[in-house]
Amino acid sequence: MKKSIILSTTLALAVGALAGCSSGGSDDGSSSGTDGGGDVTTISYGLWDSNQLPAYQQCADDFAAANPQYVVDIEQIGWDDYWSKITTGFVSGENYDVFTSHVAYYPEFQKNGQVLALDEYIERDGLDMSIYQDGLVELWQSPEGEQYGLPKDFDTISLFYNEQMTEAAGYTAEDVQNLTWNPEDGGTYEEFIAHMTIDTNGVRGDEDGFDKTSVETYGLWMEGSGGADGQTQWTFLTASLGWAQTDEAWGTTYNYDDPAFADTIDWWYSLVEKGYMPTFAAQEGISWADQLIAGKAAMVPNGSWMTGYVFGAASDTFTPAVAATPVGPDGASWSMLNGLADNIVAGTDNPDAAWEWVKYLGSAECQDVVAESAVVFPAVKTSTEKAIAAFEAKGVDVNAFTGHVEDGTTVLYPITDFKSDVNAIMTPVMEAIMSGAAGTDTLVDANASVNALFE
Amino acid sequence: MATMPLTGTPRRKAKVSRKRGQLVPALLFLLPALLGFIAFFAWPAVRGIYLSFTDYNLLSDPEWVGLENYQSIGSDPVFWRSMVVTLQYVLINIVVQTIAALGLAVLLHRFTKSMVIRGVVMLPYLIANVIVALVWYWLADYNLGLINSALDAIGLDRIGFFGDQQYAMTTIALVNVWRHLGYTTLLIFAGLQAIPGDVYEAAAVDGAGEWRVFRSITMPLLRPVLAFVLVVTVVGSFQIFDTIAVTTQGGPVDATNAITYYIYDRAFTRFDFGYASALSVILMIILAVIALVQMRVLRANQSDLER
Repeated sequence: MKKSIILSTTLALAVGALAGCSSGGSDDGSSSGTDGGGDVTTISYGLWDSNQLPAYQQCADDFAAANPQYVVDIEQIGWDDYWSKITTGFVSGENYDVFTSHVAYYPEFQKNGQVLALDEYIERDGLDMSIYQDGLVELWQSPEGEQYGLPKDFDTISLFYNEQMTEAAGYTAEDVQNLTWNPEDGGTYEEFIAHMTIDTNGVRGDEDGFDKTSVETYGLWMEGSGGADGQTQWTFLTASLGWAQTDEAWGTTYNYDDPAFADTIDWWYSLVEKGYMPTFAAQEGISWADQLIAGKAAMVPNGSWMTGYVFGAASDTFTPAVAATPVGPDGASWSMLNGLADNIVAGTDNPDAAWEWVKYLGSAECQDVVAESAVVFPAVKTSTEKAIAAFEAKGVDVNAFTGHVEDGTTVLYPITDFKSDVNAIMTPVMEAIMSGAAGTDTLVDANASVNALFE
Repeated sequence: MATMPLTGTPRRKAKVSRKRGQLVPALLFLLPALLGFIAFFAWPAVRGIYLSFTDYNLLSDPEWVGLENYQSIGSDPVFWRSMVVTLQYVLINIVVQTIAALGLAVLLHRFTKSMVIRGVVMLPYLIANVIVALVWYWLADYNLGLINSALDAIGLDRIGFFGDQQYAMTTIALVNVWRHLGYTTLLIFAGLQAIPGDVYEAAAVDGAGEWRVFRSITMPLLRPVLAFVLVVTVVGSFQIFDTIAVTTQGGPVDATNAITYYIYDRAFTRFDFGYASALSVILMIILAVIALVQMRVLRANQSDLER
């Protein structure tokens, strides 16, 4: 995802420049409207994803139309600069009133009292928090149980693959949908990966004479080591063994020393040794999605946020398709669940106005607009349904992604204190393991270092 | 900036009375530069040194911790690893770049008068660093990159230029040599043009060959310029950041986690501004010492051209 972030940042900056023009234009429009209307409060709002900008601009326009006393001024900044802008904004006191937030960042803001708890407002306005998909509300609760955000969307993990390749290999979509996995021999998931791997002589990975030093198409692509999270790499496997990074949200002990985790990573690395997955050195470079599109990989597990990109790249040689993650030893297919919400800056001049906007963003009304744009899955259950239909209208079956929230087969993105320090410890350790420079026995020491952060 | 260490022209003491009368206008002329210097260099430096003695996460007030940050750095394996890989980068980058630039500059000086060729040498420098880094990142991709396809076509093994611990830092060093070669060449070329033509004529009359001319005339007379180029490029080289930030981001396994990238990571990813400030102070001291030693050893303010 790192590389795609750079790319999308570049694009986002370009789009942001355009958006700057257009929002300047709408400012003019609203200020001329104020002449007749009296006091108008401007609510500034930050977001990073340019793909979602049109939908939220629509929400802002609808919101201002229904509440003439408010105007929403949206600024979109690419991911890399976004967090510097937010953080320095807190220091300078010149921040947005409301901004799109991420679970990896908001604990730090919450701990330092920079974002506003919403409990009083939620109670005052009698908001129904059960309209959201299960698990998402908890992501935005502090260790003390205060609510800091209303969920706006969610993402899950599935297998993106090239249907032309699987059909040529004799697999139906149903076969791919029903693969099974275990950490001992990899199950039919590994059989499938082996068969989908083809060397430059056209020999498949499970056939005699397969040359693992000269692979044309890998059965499975490795997108980095996964670091501390393994969001798109291995949590959908470890979850089926009952393993998670921590035992609960805001936990203070990590579980990287658990043999179940080591077994999974050992199996995963064995794919490199067998030649079914690129080595760590070979996977660094052009993003996984482009490798899949270019036919260098038959299948890549990744997040629902990439659906638009992958399906937008259909060509004569690439027929995009998506299947659920393999069924694990516990009999279920799993996924990590994460989602975004909006935070209100504690120092805002207009907390009431900010709340009205946040409330609107978290409402079915706005999330239905987001659903129609078919970019992400809205957090409101009824809006999720509409998004599924909107994706279907575009010819994309996203049930592999949404099935997880319906079935409850999700594990939450690990939310704890010291998250960036945990990442800094785990990333080199995982990279060493996946590049074959160290064994999974190093996970025990690494876990001790991680847990020492909390002492 | 190029003139500062080069011109060591001795100056006579001006008369005191004249100095007094010019003090006020002088100060007025200096004021804009002085304000900029204080706002953007002096004050941040003082503040940075102060923050290096604190625990500061940007969002709450800094808390005085004395030498704690410096003690932690001493026993921080990531810091030592980052120093090693930074030195590795500087060594490869500077050695290759200086030798290549010197060769190129001499060739340009002795064998061509074409402005087109002189301009072409500068071309890579006109492209933004980030773009250069990304283009090479794609060219060097293991599976889809042009370079590896070429290696494969002539029967050699593909190389994980950016993904293999062994090669990643070397690759980044060479990418930056490509980017900065033209600029360094230009600086040396300017130095070559400052060498009077008559010494070359005299050498030609004495029947000296090209190599002898290079060794006995060009090199000694070029020394002050070369010293200046080395100081500037070495200091710049230590600050390698952008190429890493858009390609490997410190990986694999910290193999490209250069000191500036580590500082950035500590400050802006881990919000550990006190620790990052301490790292910056250490880097500043290292660079100051290196620059001083280089100036001394290379006698940058003296020329062999005594006429």
